[in-house]
Amino acid sequence: MNANNLLSVEDVVVDLPTPRGNLRAVDHVDLTVGAGRTLGIVGESGCGKTMLSRAILQLLPKKAKLSGRVIFDGQDLLQLPPEKLRKLRGRSLAVVFQDPMTSLNPVLTIGTQLIETLQEHLELDDAAAARRSVELLAAVGIPAPEQRLAQYPHQLSGGMRQRVAIAIALSCEPKLLIADEPTTALDVTIQAQILDLLAREQRRRHMAMIIITHDLGVVAGRTDEVAVMYAGRVVERAPTPALFKKMRMPYTEALLAALPKLDAAPHTPLPAISGRPPDPTRPLKGCSFSPRCRYAVARCQNEKPALEAAETKAHQFACFHPIEARADANA
Amino acid sequence: MAFFVARRLLYLLPVLIAVSLLTFSIASLLPGDLAYTILGDQATPENVAALRHDMGLDQPIWWRYLSWLGNVLQGDFGRSFRTGQTVLQAVAERLPVSIELMLLAQLGALGIGVPLAIVCAARSGGPFDRFMTGTAFGMLSVPTFLSAILLIYFFAVELRWLPATGYVPFAEDPLANLRFLVLPSLTLALAEWPSIMRVLRSDMIATLQEDYIALAKAKGLTPARILFVHALKPSSLTLVTITGINIGRLIGGAVIVETIFALPGIGRLLIGAILTRDLIILQGVVLLVGAGFVIMNFIVDMLYAVLDPRIRHGHA
Repeated sequence: MNANNLLSVEDVVVDLPTPRGNLRAVDHVDLTVGAGRTLGIVGESGCGKTMLSRAILQLLPKKAKLSGRVIFDGQDLLQLPPEKLRKLRGRSLAVVFQDPMTSLNPVLTIGTQLIETLQEHLELDDAAAARRSVELLAAVGIPAPEQRLAQYPHQLSGGMRQRVAIAIALSCEPKLLIADEPTTALDVTIQAQILDLLAREQRRRHMAMIIITHDLGVVAGRTDEVAVMYAGRVVERAPTPALFKKMRMPYTEALLAALPKLDAAPHTPLPAISGRPPDPTRPLKGCSFSPRCRYAVARCQNEKPALEAAETKAHQFACFHPIEARADANA
Repeated sequence: MAFFVARRLLYLLPVLIAVSLLTFSIASLLPGDLAYTILGDQATPENVAALRHDMGLDQPIWWRYLSWLGNVLQGDFGRSFRTGQTVLQAVAERLPVSIELMLLAQLGALGIGVPLAIVCAARSGGPFDRFMTGTAFGMLSVPTFLSAILLIYFFAVELRWLPATGYVPFAEDPLANLRFLVLPSLTLALAEWPSIMRVLRSDMIATLQEDYIALAKAKGLTPARILFVHALKPSSLTLVTITGINIGRLIGGAVIVETIFALPGIGRLLIGAILTRDLIILQGVVLLVGAGFVIMNFIVDMLYAVLDPRIRHGHA
């Protein structure tokens, strides 16, 4: 692995015991994020993207079994003693959760929740921490930040709460910010604002960022690299421009086709991906996407394609019949 | 907030009226004529009729209720026909004993239950949690008279550390007063900590699953801060309810414990009034205790608002 990587996820597997048997939420995933770079992780609900982010943060449910290596800033987070991990979290590894309605503590003021993070990691007295909290709230675009410190989360709108959550995440100048569907729970009109805020702060602070989303539209133009996940595995991974120029995995193509288009005629049916993701407690022998793939052949059902590089090393995909190659064969 | 308090206070009114109605009917509907009870078996019908007229017993029941309520509202709860003591005097004499016992018992129960609940919730499913949950369940089924007798046996009879029965007012000798109250309050605390521990434990386990706890962990806060600052307060609503009910109940005196340890509290007053058919005392004490209970519940409602800002601002 490249020594310049801030984060490298190596062969990570997350297993969750369920009453129906073992559920493999993350299946041998490898990923890297360089310092100051942005990675988008895209996939539909249940593809394991949130579990992967929780695995990186070491915030998996108690019953979950995690194996592999998560090297962050030269340290394997899986081997780190709890006290060292605690000093890292919030300080150099921060997170913004999906739902700002539930991710802020309802009984503590905005000020308390910001200041406690600052004072946990930085040596600031009360006055300095309060000053810095006001600056942070102002930086994430919250009007009248001084008054907000004494307010409770329920007194703010969803978009404002997510801005507070972002302010908390940014408070100690982290090296890596993981944003787990940061806009999914918000009004459409607010989504772009929050994403632009994240992108702006990421550039300004030179931090690395992982944006987790089900929306390919979110990662386009806002990330350096994209990893597409399906059924717990990374099925395609490429620099963002390369991916949108020439996607190889049929699943990525289907995801993109499922995006509503502004220039489509009114009432055009949305091309949904037919069928459902495979039952994660009953893994398939072959490619997990094969039952839903319109290009699938017999080999796809019997053999699992590995994630391999195509013409450029940066563009990897797991498919026996990548889109363009098949087009060539037909020609 | 002022609106919230005013609305809550308004709710108290019908409840208090219902309590007074119920109290009055209990006393009035008991079999046996009060006049005969007072005058004894040898009374002549003329004497009985005269007393009934004096006490207003020949009036219709609704009229008697209204005149009693009128007196109560003027602070006159009546007078015992046995001792001549007014209800208020009798209660004022006994109440400090019951309140002190109640406070010490609550302190003991919370002191045992809350820390155990937090430790169990933090390590839920672990061996300590399973052991304590089992112990609490066992303790829940031990009646107070049994634990009282066991405590007396060990600490008063065998070890001779503490007196078994008796009472000295706090003002006379604070230390002796506390020595007399240790065993009774411990008896009550032993009966109450299991329910405190079980509700707080399960509420806390639920709270620890919340997103904001995951975020608190992701912020790198210490485990102690996560438990005490982030998880305890949102988990204590049921705890406050239970404690409020316990306190309200104990204002009415702990009948069994006061009897076993010979404490002159409200519970003993009530038992005495029942045994001697001292209906005026009984009726007055039950009303006062009922009112105390209702007011305690009002305080609990206020505490909800203190604990949860969403209730304070009328969002939940």
